[in-house]
Amino acid sequence: MSEVFGFIVSALSLGSMYALMALGLVLIYGILKLVNFAYGELIMVAGYTLYLLNGSPLPWLVMGLCAILAAVVASVATEYIAFRPIRDKSLTAMLITSFAVSTLFQNAALLLISPRSRVVPLPDLFSQSIAVGNVLIQWRDIIAVVVTFVLLGALTLLLNRTVLGIALRAAADNMRMTRMLGVPANLLISMAFAISGLLAGTVALFWLGRTASVTPGIGLEPLIVAFVATVLGGLNSLVGAVVGGYVLALMTVGINTFLPQDFVDYRQAFTFALVILVLLFRPEGLISSKTGTGNRP
Amino acid sequence: MLELRDIHARYGAVRVLHGISLDVEQGELVAIVGANGAGKSTTLSTVAGVVKPSAGEIVFKGEAITGQAPEAIVRKGIAMVPENRDIFSALTVEQNLRLGAYIRGDRAEYLDDLAQMFDLFPILAERRSQAAGTMSGGEQQQLAIARALMSHPQLLIFDEPSLGLSPKLVEQVFALVQKLHKEGMTILLVEQNVAQALNIADRAYLIRMGKVEAEGTPQELRRTVDVESAYLGAATAQAASGGEL
Repeated sequence: MSEVFGFIVSALSLGSMYALMALGLVLIYGILKLVNFAYGELIMVAGYTLYLLNGSPLPWLVMGLCAILAAVVASVATEYIAFRPIRDKSLTAMLITSFAVSTLFQNAALLLISPRSRVVPLPDLFSQSIAVGNVLIQWRDIIAVVVTFVLLGALTLLLNRTVLGIALRAAADNMRMTRMLGVPANLLISMAFAISGLLAGTVALFWLGRTASVTPGIGLEPLIVAFVATVLGGLNSLVGAVVGGYVLALMTVGINTFLPQDFVDYRQAFTFALVILVLLFRPEGLISSKTGTGNRP
Repeated sequence: MLELRDIHARYGAVRVLHGISLDVEQGELVAIVGANGAGKSTTLSTVAGVVKPSAGEIVFKGEAITGQAPEAIVRKGIAMVPENRDIFSALTVEQNLRLGAYIRGDRAEYLDDLAQMFDLFPILAERRSQAAGTMSGGEQQQLAIARALMSHPQLLIFDEPSLGLSPKLVEQVFALVQKLHKEGMTILLVEQNVAQALNIADRAYLIRMGKVEAEGTPQELRRTVDVESAYLGAATAQAASGGEL
């Protein structure tokens, strides 16, 4: 019984990170039709912010908030400096630019800090666990799930109850029409990048919490995970991104738990095989958006 | 009120407008008619700021608005009921209307306007919490019109409002356009449905291949058109079939 509980907590915790990452990717895709490949680097930015604050007298919570803020600033700055000037040119140009930004961030970290991993400070709570029956549950996992649910709740309110949130959803459907109602494109896009940075920054704290270290290339895995989750859930749907994240985590944890030891090395192959199956039978993703969040070019 | 002077526009290498000049006076209902692909919608797009003219000038209430962004144009007082309606289908009816009032800050005023729209379009009140995409074409057209009115425009632009509607609904939409006009709204109407458009317009422009071919009162235009060319017959036939989709 408690093994099942442990399994659920692991899947939920991993799924929470996947879901938030996927959501940040889909938010940008929704209004710019851009898969932002520089997105993983926000994790790195948050990580190095924590590293640089290591040893400062600030309480960890403040350091964490600074790291999230750094991710938000990096995200908005990326849009302002790299994407905005070429936004009207072509989607391909933006896509290539996002690769360039990603490379730029990574090389900056290599050059200015170090190619080797650096230790980031973590709160003591992250390494403690609580016994439930005969299974130890990590506080880090519980906090990740709670924080994610709070963020998802806040985001739902924002997108359904505030004018700007509604405008953001409208823009994902039809940017031109949204602008014709007077909503400035720049405002919406900056907002999407800010939220996306907030999500990545939050994920970073938990992602780094697993290894307590940061490397220049740390953004790659979360990016791929987010991308796979969005493909699973449907690139056009915010709900789909969240569902995709949790489904992917369930698959991953399930494979880790139930696969015979000999096969664990191939767990990614199993995960991707499942993804291919989903794509074969539901190419539009698990959550289809026929009722509306459909994107017109 | 609105004046287009020698507007040229292109999509990439394709020239679509070759010097369109037209004007709309305060309180007028002006129709732009012409065959499919003549440049009617592109003309509107230049006014709405969606397509930047390659040459020419657009003046609204004495101020040049050429090439301004769509979000700026609507603040000048120009609202658009676009072709295909372009309602936000995942949003509720009320959320669509809320966005229509985006440029108006006042919450109390918004609620007043909302109540007014619900009076004018009772079906929207009934469906206020429903996803807009689940409504019928006619209901969506009403929503698109209500959404445009929420910004309190001084000039209301209709792009092919009859497109894709049944003949009965087409009648209703034209009656509504006429009603708004009688209440003093300045209207620019683009239609393929030439006969219907000429019935309600004060003046009309006939556009053909990116140029103004003829202009005048509906009577004058009908005369010119009948004598001059056979293509408008084709255009009318096409419009008629378009109206019955």
